Amino acid sequence: MTMQFNDETFRGDYTYRNSPEAIRRFPFPFDQDSYMYSVNIEQHPGGPQGSPFEHMFDVDEHYVAEMRDREITLAEDPLRCQSLPHMELAGWDLLELIMVSKARDYPDLFSLTRDGNDWHWVNKPMGIDKRFTFLDAATLPYGPMEYITRQTQGDFALLHERDGNLWMDAGMVTSQADWSLDFDVGMNFFEWHAPVPKARQMGVFDKALKFLLAVGQGQHYRRLNWTMTVNPRLDTSPENYHKWGPEKRTITPENVGHKQFLRVELQTFFRLPRSNALAFPIRCYLASLDDLVTQPKWGRRLHRVLRDIDPDLADYKGFAVNREVIVNYLSQYDDGEPTSPGIFPED
Amino acid sequence: MPNTVFSPSIESRPTYAGLAPRPGAPAIMVADEAGAAAVTHLATVDATAMAKAHVVLVGAPAETSDALAALSPAAVQTVPDLDTATPIVEQLLSQARMGTQLFLAGSEGLMGHISAIALASGMALEDIQMEHRGSIARRMQCVHCKGITDGVTTDPFTCSHCGLTLFVRDHFSRRLGAFQGVCVDAETPGDIPATEEIRP
Ligand code: HEM
Repeated sequence: MTMQFNDETFRGDYTYRNSPEAIRRFPFPFDQDSYMYSVNIEQHPGGPQGSPFEHMFDVDEHYVAEMRDREITLAEDPLRCQSLPHMELAGWDLLELIMVSKARDYPDLFSLTRDGNDWHWVNKPMGIDKRFTFLDAATLPYGPMEYITRQTQGDFALLHERDGNLWMDAGMVTSQADWSLDFDVGMNFFEWHAPVPKARQMGVFDKALKFLLAVGQGQHYRRLNWTMTVNPRLDTSPENYHKWGPEKRTITPENVGHKQFLRVELQTFFRLPRSNALAFPIRCYLASLDDLVTQPKWGRRLHRVLRDIDPDLADYKGFAVNREVIVNYLSQYDDGEPTSPGIFPED
Repeated sequence: MPNTVFSPSIESRPTYAGLAPRPGAPAIMVADEAGAAAVTHLATVDATAMAKAHVVLVGAPAETSDALAALSPAAVQTVPDLDTATPIVEQLLSQARMGTQLFLAGSEGLMGHISAIALASGMALEDIQMEHRGSIARRMQCVHCKGITDGVTTDPFTCSHCGLTLFVRDHFSRRLGAFQGVCVDAETPGDIPATEEIRP
C-alpha cells in the first residue's frame, strides 16, 4: 500500500492531524504508570510491524509536511544547520546510512543506485531525482549532512569522539524541545546536558556516556524522551521562544484536549563507518491528549504519570504552568483500573 | 584581591583555576586593568614567566602598562578595547610556537571572548589558563537575535541589539565565549521581574 502524505502545517493555523492509524502506532513513551529519568536504551531497529521502531528511519504520513516546515525554519535562520569543518566526512557517512536504509526499507518511495562513487538517488515523495558523486560536496546543492537531513524527518546531531567524550560538532535542528544548536555546537556531553535537573546526580549521564562510547560499528540503539508542547509546533526553539511562548498560556479546560500535545522523541544512535562519529537522530512525534485517550490504557497511564511527576521535571519540561489543567482533564479517562506493562496499546 | 570564587553552578558554567607557572614556556597574556594584578602575581612566583611573554593589555591606564613593562616582558601592547585586541591576538596565535601558553586574566567577558578565538584557532584547552579578577559583569549572547551584549551586571537586562528583556542563564558556550540570555517575558509579554544585580 502506498503511503498518503498529509497536507498540514506546524505553525500559524496548525492543521497538523494524526490519522487513526498514526495514533495507534504513536511511540507512547511510558511503559509503567510513573516516570523518572533513567538510562532507557535498547536495540534499534526492532519492534512490531508497522510500529515506528520497525525500520532504521521511520517515514510516516507527516513526512512531506515536516520537510516543508524545516525549509521555512531554515530560510528564517540558517544557523539551525551547522557543521564544524572536520565533520564533513561524518556528513557523508550519515547520507549513506539514510539513503541505503530508506531505499531498502521503503522501495516504493526511495531508490538508490550506486556505481562506484556515481550515485543516483530518487526521493519520490519530495520529487527529487539526483545524480551526484559520493564524497564530492561540489556535486550537491548543500553539504552532505544538510542535503540528506532536508529530506529526513527528525533533528540530527553528529558527535565527534575525542578525549573520552562526545562533542556536538554538527547538527540539523529545527524541531527541538527548547535548546539551541547554535549555542551548543562545540560542547561536550556533560556541557550540553548541563541544564537538565537531577540526571547528573543520579549517575544517568555518566552511565549514558559510557554506553555511547562503547557503541561499535554496525551497532544501533534507541531511547525515548518526551515533553509537552502546546499546539503541534515543531519549532519550539529558544530562538523563537518569544514567538511561541504566549501560546503556552492559551490552555483552558475547554481546549486542552486538542491544544495540548505529548511530544515524543525517538532518539537513535549509530556509529558511523568512515568518521567514527556517532549519529544521533532525534525524531519528534506529536499527539494531542484527545488522540491519546482513544487508547484507554494510554489515557489512564498518562494521567498517573503527569499527576505524580517530580515538580523539577515538570518545570524543566516547561508544562508546570498547565499541569493542573492537563491532569484534571485526563482524570476523566482514568477509572483506576490496572494497566498492562509495556508501551503498546491493548487490543 | 585573589581569583574570584563563584557559587557552584551547572556544568557548562566555566570555572577559573587561576594562573599557574609554566616555567620557560612562551606565552601570550591578555589582561584588563584588574587582571594585570594576576599577571604581576604570576611574575613574582615564577621569575621566568615574563621573558618570553607578549602582553596585550585591554582598556587599562598608563600606570598599569608601566607597571607591567617594569616586569620586562618580551612586549607589552595597550589597546582600548576587546575589538581592537581581537586581530592582535589572532595574529599572535597564528605565529605562536608549539607549547605556547595563553594566560587570560580579568573579566569573564575578556576571558570568554579571547579563549573562544584561541580555541577556534586550534589551541588546546589545557594550554589556556584563566584567572578571574575584578567585575563579575558577563558577556551575554541573546539567543533570539544572536547579538552579544558585554558588561552585563543585572538580571534581567536589555539586549543591546534587539531590545528584548533577557534573563541571565548560567549556560555558557565556550565556542561563543558567552552566557545565554533568554526573553524573560516570552510567555507573558510585559510581565518583567524586578531587576537585580547578578551575584558571583
Ligand atoms: C549523544 C547524543 C545525545 C545528544 C546530542 C543529546 C542532547 C540533548 C540536549 C541538547 C538536551 C537538552 C538540554 C537543554 O536543556 O539545553 C538533552 C536533554 C536530555 N538528555 Fe540528552 N542527548 C544525547 C544522549 C542522551 C542519552 C544517551 C541520554 C540517556 C539517559 C540522555 C538523557 C537526556 C535527558 C534525561 C534530558 C532531559 C530531557 C527532558 O527532561 O525533557 N541524552 N539531550
